[in-house]
Amino acid sequence: MSEPLLELIGLNKSFGPVHVLHDIDFTVRAGEVTALVGDNGAGKSTLIKCVSGIYPIDSGEVRFRGQPVTIHSPKEAADLGIEVVYQDLALADNLDVVQNMFLGRERGSSWLMDEASMEKAARETLASLSVRTVKSVRTPVSALSGGQRQTVAIAKSVLWDSKVVLLDEPTAALGVAQTRQVLDLVRRLAEQGLGVVLISHNMADVFEVADRISTLYLGRLVADLPAKETTHSQVVELITAGRSGDLGLARPEAVTI
Amino acid sequence: MTETPAKSDIPTGAISDFGIDTTSQSTGEAIRDYFARLRGGDLGSLPALLGLAVLVLVFSTQSDNFLTLNNQANLVAQGAGKMIIAMGLVYVLLLGEIDLSAGTASGVCASVMAMHYVESGNLLGGMGTTVFWVFEIGMAVAAILAILMRIWAGAVFSLVAFAMALLGVEPNAWLEMLLAVCVGAAIGCITGFMVSKIGMPSFVVTLALFITWQGVILQFIGEGGVFGIRNSQVLFNVANGNLSVLGSWALCLLAAGGYAAVVLGEHFSRLRRGLVTPPTPIVVGKVVIVGAIAVVATWLLTLNRSPNPDIVTIEGVPYVVPIILALLVLGTFVLNRTRYGRHIYAVGGNAEAARRAGINVSKIRASVFVVASATAAIGAIVYSSKAGSVDPQAGGLNTLLFAVGAAVIGGTSLFGGRGKVVHAVIGGLVLAVVENGLGLLDQPAAVVNIITGLVLLLAASVDALSRRRAAVAN
Repeated sequence: MSEPLLELIGLNKSFGPVHVLHDIDFTVRAGEVTALVGDNGAGKSTLIKCVSGIYPIDSGEVRFRGQPVTIHSPKEAADLGIEVVYQDLALADNLDVVQNMFLGRERGSSWLMDEASMEKAARETLASLSVRTVKSVRTPVSALSGGQRQTVAIAKSVLWDSKVVLLDEPTAALGVAQTRQVLDLVRRLAEQGLGVVLISHNMADVFEVADRISTLYLGRLVADLPAKETTHSQVVELITAGRSGDLGLARPEAVTI
Repeated sequence: MTETPAKSDIPTGAISDFGIDTTSQSTGEAIRDYFARLRGGDLGSLPALLGLAVLVLVFSTQSDNFLTLNNQANLVAQGAGKMIIAMGLVYVLLLGEIDLSAGTASGVCASVMAMHYVESGNLLGGMGTTVFWVFEIGMAVAAILAILMRIWAGAVFSLVAFAMALLGVEPNAWLEMLLAVCVGAAIGCITGFMVSKIGMPSFVVTLALFITWQGVILQFIGEGGVFGIRNSQVLFNVANGNLSVLGSWALCLLAAGGYAAVVLGEHFSRLRRGLVTPPTPIVVGKVVIVGAIAVVATWLLTLNRSPNPDIVTIEGVPYVVPIILALLVLGTFVLNRTRYGRHIYAVGGNAEAARRAGINVSKIRASVFVVASATAAIGAIVYSSKAGSVDPQAGGLNTLLFAVGAAVIGGTSLFGGRGKVVHAVIGGLVLAVVENGLGLLDQPAAVVNIITGLVLLLAASVDALSRRRAAVAN
C-alpha cells in the first residue's frame, strides 16, 4: 500500500443543529482512486468542501503527508496540493481554455501577463493527459461540450502539481462517450501518482475505475473496502441501509429490560 | 509558485492533436471561421460599425454641412466627454453591474474643479464652512473605506483631494484637473464600498447617488448659477483646442506606428514560438487599414477647416483625440494584459468560479466603480471645457444615458463578461453622429431624444438576440 497522502481522523461537521458528518476516518493514498459513494444527503459534497477549505471543520484532524494541517481557504488547500473539481466545474464561460486553467494563478508580473508561457504549459498538460478532444487551447469554454469542459476542469488540477484531486460527480451530466473520456482521464491521473477521490452515484463508473470504495451513510463512513473484494449489491446495501452482512454499522442490540 | 509540467513524457503524435494550434490557418479558413462565429452569435461591434456607416450615409445625403471637416471635428469634440464616461463604464458593465451615478458624479468633479478656478483656490470660501467640512469628511471617509478594502490607489487619490482642498493651492489648471479626477476616485470608493461590502444592488445605490450628487452640484453652484471656465486657457483648450500641424502628424506617427509595432511584433513573436496566430495576411491587412485611416484622417484634419478661411485658421487634430486614444490604449491594455483585467472578465463571467480560484471578488467589484468614477471625471473635464462652463445640469440624465448607451451600442453586454473599451468609442461615435446630424437637420430636442432612444433599443435587442443565438448554437 502506498503512502497515505491525505488522512481525515475523527472529522465532524455541523450546520447549526444539523450534524452532517460524524467521526469520519478517511484516507487517500497516492496512485489510488478512492470512490466516495453514498446516497443524496449522505454528506459527500460537504466532506469535499471541508477538505478543500470552503467549510471549516468542527472537530477532528486533517493530515497531509503525515503532517497535521488546518485548511482555512481554497487557496490554502491549493497550496498544499489539494485540487477539487466541483460538480458545477467552476469554469468562466467567457474565457478560453488557457485563461481558465490559469485562473487566479496567472503567470507574469502584475503589469503584464506571460501569455505565451501559459499557453505552452496548458497545451503540454493537455497533451500529457493524451487529451485528443480539445482542439485549440484558445477556444472559449462556452464553445466546448460537457465532456470537454470536464476535461479542462480536470486538466486544470494536474497543471498545479497537485497531489490529491477530488472529483465531485464528474460524469453526472455526461453522455456515454464523454463519460468514457473522463474515466480514462481519472485512471491516468492515478497512474501519474496522484491520489484521486471520485464521488459518484454511478456504480458502473465506480467499479470501473476505483481501487477502494468508501461508503457514506447519513454522515458516517460505514465501510472502506478494496473494490476487488466488494460486489455491486454489497455497495448498494451499504448506501441504502448502512450495512451489508457483516460490513457497515453494527446491528442494534436487542433491547432488554 | 513553481509547477512541473507533464509527469510522463509527452506522447509523440500528440502535437498533431492541436491541429489548429500549431499549424496556422490559411487566410481563407480564417475568414470562413470569422463568418461562422458571426453566425453563431458572436457579433462584437459589427452592428455598431454597420450602423455608423448607415447613419453617416443618411446624414451626408440629408445635410450639406454634415461631412464638412469643421463639423466632423466638432462632432468628435461634442461626443468626447460622454464617450470617455462610457469608457469607464465598460469596466462596471463587464461585471454585470451598472453605475447610474456616473453622470452626476462627474458633474460634482467638474463643479469642484470649476469652483477652484473661479474662487482662485479658495474652496472654503466658495462652498461655505459647513459644506466645505462635509466635503472634507467625505474625502476622508472615502480614503478610509478604500484602505479597508485595500484599494490603495483609491485611498491615495482621496487623500490628495482632501489635501488639495485643505491647503487651498493656487489655481492651476493641471492641479484642478487632478483635483477633479481625485474627487471622482473618492466618489468611486464610496460607491464601490456600498456595492461590494454592504452588498446593496448597484442599481439602487447608484440611482440614489445619482440624485444625491445632483443635489451636491446644485449646492456647489447655486440655483441658476454657473461657473465659467472660458477664461482659463488650458481648461478651455482641452475640448476646443487643436494640436499644431506638426503635432498632428507626430500623433499620427505615434498612434499608427505604435499600433503597427505592437500588433506585428506580437504576431511574429508568437509565430516564432509556434503558438496559434491569425494568418499573417490578415494581421498585416488590419495594420495597413488602420494606418491608412490614421494618415487620411490626420491629413484631413490638418487642412484649414474654418468656415471663414480668410479670416481665421482652424487646423490640426483636436486635443480630445489624443486624450481618447491614450485612455483607449491604457484601458485596453489593463483589461487584456494585466491580471487585474483578466480577473474582471472572470468575475463577470462566473463570480463563483473566480471566488474558488482565489480571486478577491469583492475587491474587484469595488475597484471597477473607482475606475468608472475617476474616468467619468476626465469626461467631465472634457464636456465642461466644450461648454466653457459648469452649470447645475452638468452630468444630468442625458449624459448618463448617452454613456451607458454608447457602451451597449458598441457591443458591451449589460449582463457582464463581454465587452471592450473600444466598444465605448464606437458606440460614442454612433450617438455623436445621431446627435450632430439631427442637430444639423434642425430637429427639435424631442426628435433627437426619440431617435437616440430607438437606436439604443435596437442595439440592446441585437445584444440580447445574439446572446440567445450563441446559447442555442452551443
